[in-house]
Amino acid sequence: MSEGFVSIGLLVLALLVVASVIGYALHLRSEGRSDTVNNLNARIRAWWGMAVVMFGAMLLGSTVTLIVFAFASAMALREFLTLTPTRQADYWPLFIAFFFAIPMQYLLLGMKWYGLFSVFIPVYVFGLVSFASALSQDTDSFFQRNAMILFAVMVCVYGVSHAPGILVLDIRGFGGRNVELLFFFLFIVQLSDVLQYVFGKLFGRHALSPQVSPSKTWEGLIGGGLSATLIGGALHPITPFGFWTATAVALQIVVCGALGGLVLSAVKRSLGAKDWGSSIAGHGGFMDRLDSVTFSAPVFFHVVRYFWT
Amino acid sequence: MNWFFQLQRDALLALVRAIVGATVAAHEAPPAHTVIFSNHTSHLDTLVLLAALPREQRNRTRPVAAADYWNAGAIRRYMARRILNVVMVDRTAGGPAALVPLEQALDQGWSLIVFPEGTRRQAPLPGPFRTGLFHLTKARPALALTPAYLENMHRVMPRGAPFPLPLLCRVHLGEPVRNDAGEDKDAFLARAHAAVCALANGTRAA
Repeated sequence: MSEGFVSIGLLVLALLVVASVIGYALHLRSEGRSDTVNNLNARIRAWWGMAVVMFGAMLLGSTVTLIVFAFASAMALREFLTLTPTRQADYWPLFIAFFFAIPMQYLLLGMKWYGLFSVFIPVYVFGLVSFASALSQDTDSFFQRNAMILFAVMVCVYGVSHAPGILVLDIRGFGGRNVELLFFFLFIVQLSDVLQYVFGKLFGRHALSPQVSPSKTWEGLIGGGLSATLIGGALHPITPFGFWTATAVALQIVVCGALGGLVLSAVKRSLGAKDWGSSIAGHGGFMDRLDSVTFSAPVFFHVVRYFWT
Repeated sequence: MNWFFQLQRDALLALVRAIVGATVAAHEAPPAHTVIFSNHTSHLDTLVLLAALPREQRNRTRPVAAADYWNAGAIRRYMARRILNVVMVDRTAGGPAALVPLEQALDQGWSLIVFPEGTRRQAPLPGPFRTGLFHLTKARPALALTPAYLENMHRVMPRGAPFPLPLLCRVHLGEPVRNDAGEDKDAFLARAHAAVCALANGTRAA
């Protein structure tokens, strides 16, 4: 366990303690009658759980971390496909998505087989799922069903797997402290979400995207996004970057995360749902927490891979 | 049923819950003594319904299932007789005689789970009901029949699927229907069928 890892652990611990104290104070003031405050406290409690799981996994090493992410991919894919109007004829395409695409994608990471990892889903799963769909003999909205399944796999498996993908990169002059960089990524993505929520609640006036995501505001996006970007710069000691580079990389994470979140909100609404699921109290489902990871992780992964390996 | 079989049953149901969720979108808890009737699309349906019931009620509920399916093979027979406490019904016999085991179980105080379509259907909405449900109520006008709709199970494990997909299934339970207004067979079965379809209407399936 490196010094950097200990300090980020303490940082997160401190943040959670502060959040819990504020949550408790708000709870006392509202006497438990405010839905917003109750939801906030449910979210904070769930954050404790998520932080413990993530830190536990990262402490136990990259294999355990990969397994935790594989599980998160599976849960996200399950929520996504539960809401997706597939038909009984889609059994085999879905079987391939759950029982072949997920284990294989993470196994390839574990084997550090970058070449196949990066093309396995867009080339082989794309083909296999489409072949299985065609062979199922049901042409009723065939194209929509096939496209929806492939989109779900791209988002929940391909996108999410690039976050722990950071662990297997050989980063120049970073001395194998990749787990700190993975933490940097996850922390900025999630902090950006949290700060956008906080800024939105405190200062939100102008709706950002009323049709897609009524709760998002310009004030939230800019205030939360910029704060997360600057905090990213300040966290440069746990990255291979300097202050300004870390700030630029954090900005990439924040922008891709916010846009990705918007895309998935639009998908969710087109499927007629408000939350992806109900497995994480206060937050919704796994997909509600991973939505901003899915689009920003692959870009972050490739930025790091291109410039620092 | 003794504790050893109950333990096996609850372990099996925990596995089912882990794979398909089987959460209840309960509109109201079913009455203590009732016949739950549901749409039928997969071999897991019985387990999903049992998993959705509170433990207390589960211990007082017996699924009704086809003897020809559950007597085929030692594992199925063990599951049906020991673990699930199934009331076996002879599908081929037909007529009122086939219902005798159900009536005996009801009169002993058991609740039942039945699939009135009589077979698995590969579609979100149930097919026509067979008449058994009506005959059960003829001598029991006060018997509460609880409609249930299993959402998504037709996608989870369609005919011929070797293993369930981990999609989330919700169990919708509705207001009980009773045959206490002297309806004829067709009118009553149509009403019971409509009660299951109405539960489906609240979901994405319809």
